[in-house]
Amino acid sequence: MIKSWSYRAVAVGLLAGGVLLAATGGCRRSDERTADGRIIVTYWEKWTGFERDAMQAVVDDFNRSQTRLEVRMLTVSTVEQKFMMATAGGNPPDVVGLWSPSVNVYSEKGALTPLDKLAAEAGLAREQYIPVYWDLCRHRDFLWALPSTPATVALHWNKRLFREAGLDPERPPRTLAELATMNERLTIVEIQRNGKLERVRFPDLTAAERASHQFEIAQLGFTPAEPGWWNPMWVYWFGGDLWNGRDRVTPATPENLAMMNWYRGYADTYGLENLRRFGSSFGNFSSPQNPFLAEKIAMVLQGVWMYNFIDKYAPTIEWGAAAMPAAGDGTGAPVTIAETDVLAIPRGARHPREGFAFIRYVNTQPVLEKLNLAQRKFSPLAVQADAFRKAHPNPTIDVFRNLAFSPAVRIAPRLVIWNEYAIEMNVAMDRVFSGLAEPGAELQAVQERVQWKLDRVNRRWEYTGSQRQQEWRLTRDAL
Amino acid sequence: MTRSERHNLVTGLLFVSPWIVGFLLFTLYPVGASLFYSFCDYDVLSRPVWVGTLNFRDLAADTVFWKALSNTLIYAAFSLPLGLATSLFVAVLLNCDIRGRSIYRVLYFLPSLVPLVASSMIWLWIFNGKFGLLNYGLSLVGLPGPDWLGEQTWTKPALILSSVWGIGNSVVIYLAALQDVPTALYESAELDGAGFWRKLWHITIPMISPVIYFNLIMGIIGSLQVFAQPYVMFNGAAGGPNRSVLFYAVYLYENAFTYNQMGYACAMAWIQFLMILGLTWAATRLTRSHVHYGG
Repeated sequence: MIKSWSYRAVAVGLLAGGVLLAATGGCRRSDERTADGRIIVTYWEKWTGFERDAMQAVVDDFNRSQTRLEVRMLTVSTVEQKFMMATAGGNPPDVVGLWSPSVNVYSEKGALTPLDKLAAEAGLAREQYIPVYWDLCRHRDFLWALPSTPATVALHWNKRLFREAGLDPERPPRTLAELATMNERLTIVEIQRNGKLERVRFPDLTAAERASHQFEIAQLGFTPAEPGWWNPMWVYWFGGDLWNGRDRVTPATPENLAMMNWYRGYADTYGLENLRRFGSSFGNFSSPQNPFLAEKIAMVLQGVWMYNFIDKYAPTIEWGAAAMPAAGDGTGAPVTIAETDVLAIPRGARHPREGFAFIRYVNTQPVLEKLNLAQRKFSPLAVQADAFRKAHPNPTIDVFRNLAFSPAVRIAPRLVIWNEYAIEMNVAMDRVFSGLAEPGAELQAVQERVQWKLDRVNRRWEYTGSQRQQEWRLTRDAL
Repeated sequence: MTRSERHNLVTGLLFVSPWIVGFLLFTLYPVGASLFYSFCDYDVLSRPVWVGTLNFRDLAADTVFWKALSNTLIYAAFSLPLGLATSLFVAVLLNCDIRGRSIYRVLYFLPSLVPLVASSMIWLWIFNGKFGLLNYGLSLVGLPGPDWLGEQTWTKPALILSSVWGIGNSVVIYLAALQDVPTALYESAELDGAGFWRKLWHITIPMISPVIYFNLIMGIIGSLQVFAQPYVMFNGAAGGPNRSVLFYAVYLYENAFTYNQMGYACAMAWIQFLMILGLTWAATRLTRSHVHYGG
């Protein structure tokens, strides 16, 4: 009897072991080739909807052109975290689609494969691209990715609201002073006068009414807090910077102080509570309740992708796009922020050369133009075909592309701790906007806190940097 | 040990081996590893570097850490008693012999089945400063509603109020305990002239005190680990206006998975573990004389 039980026990134990092996056995993939012998290249991408469809069409074209490779694209939410975990676990995809601000973060942590050698073999070089997009793919003198769909940001304005305010609908503001004046003309408030609710434009309020803030905003010209995605980088429009390019963050500069005062000025002028209450009425960005699409806000800083949302949710609005005005007399080079989606190869990818073959394919002029035409962006290449320009549905696409060539094009600081820095700046700006802190003191607090974090990272780099760079060189040369 | 005993031991161990292996691999190893990493500079992708107590010393100097800790303790101090009292009150009502009792029980339990992300989205609209249902209700009685999610004064109260939404589980546990209280005790008390409140205070609460204690401990653990609702409603690391709803678990998560400071996050996790352990011990000590286990 005991003997038969022990056999069963052994069987149960083996079963448990089997379950365990099955649970962990995903580490080895058995599906590395298709039935007809082509190598499967796995590709994780963040896009959904029409953006995914655009890339899927490119993938399908590539697969049709191939007898050796087959790319399988998978849409992955929170792709950065999942790719990082997969890389740490030794089972990453062969190609991953990231954002340019992540390139320096993940390359420095050793999660990406240097592409210099493969790019050189393929004849890819900086001069073929709009320079800023090539530079966004580099970190510490290594190339880590190649651009796919680039972007810049510009001021979008509503021509109908301009016309109704008595402004020239074809002339957006060119200086911050003009922006402030137009903003007041474009702002409509509701106010109680002699027991009656009246709807008036902001300049028609008396000085006492303005100072009291006893009104409700019905329509706003502009606020730097909407959408707020680039708040920490507003300083670029004031001629300042966020770090010295080496080892120090610089939030507490005169330019940042001027930016912070400008930012806070909106709360002082229109009333913090009024702006908050007005902000509560906004719907999601990707919805008809988006304040610009719902014509509640006349001007907004947005990226090249905004056309897609206008086309989808508010195709009848009259709009234009131009460089966001900067401090000064408006004669300087136009300022913008450039960023791009990129394709990279995770460290430890099983098929790095095959993955790069796909990235190389995407980075040919016809394919980049097909992809960016479908996603309604512009090509990151220095040259573009006339047919691409003519076929492009976005009437303002040249504005965005020209901005990318501007000498004043700016990018997010190439810091491993940029995420934390941006959050600290956002919190500081919110505190100043809310009147909870003075700009100078708050910026000094950000300086101390972020520098403390950067010093930690720099100390670690001093300790590991030379070893890490040696590893990168070895990986690059071994490909 | 005889051969037979050894044989039985091996047999027994083999039978429980799935659990043992699972426990060792998926619980004990991660817990042990997190303790090790809490003394390391570790970003998941690179090799961990031993830094001794640096993470703990850095935490002591990290103002955001203290802010997250105080936010969490304030939230727990209000949401825990509110949840315990409300769920007990609702359970007592649902234990009364009223028509449609089963329907009411289902209604009170239903919210705890709604995924937290979905209910968070609903609360976002309920608390909306301009179009929210709550402010609309307040306007009907002539009260101006605040911007619940935009003003730091009101963000925590909003979350504390919405935490009551998930009391369904506690209510069910209380109900089970209430139904175990012998009716003879109530009948005797009624003969002595006891009313509703006297019976509640002198019979119900002492008789279900072990369950109250259980809910208290679970409440301490749950409220100190609150994550999903503030994370969804206030965009993660931002933590709402002036970081007023940046909670401990959210800051821990951000350090681990957004900033890739896994060593720092592990140190935070161990502090949280010790904090919960300490509070549970304190709660046990303080309630020892008030918890009665029936025979």
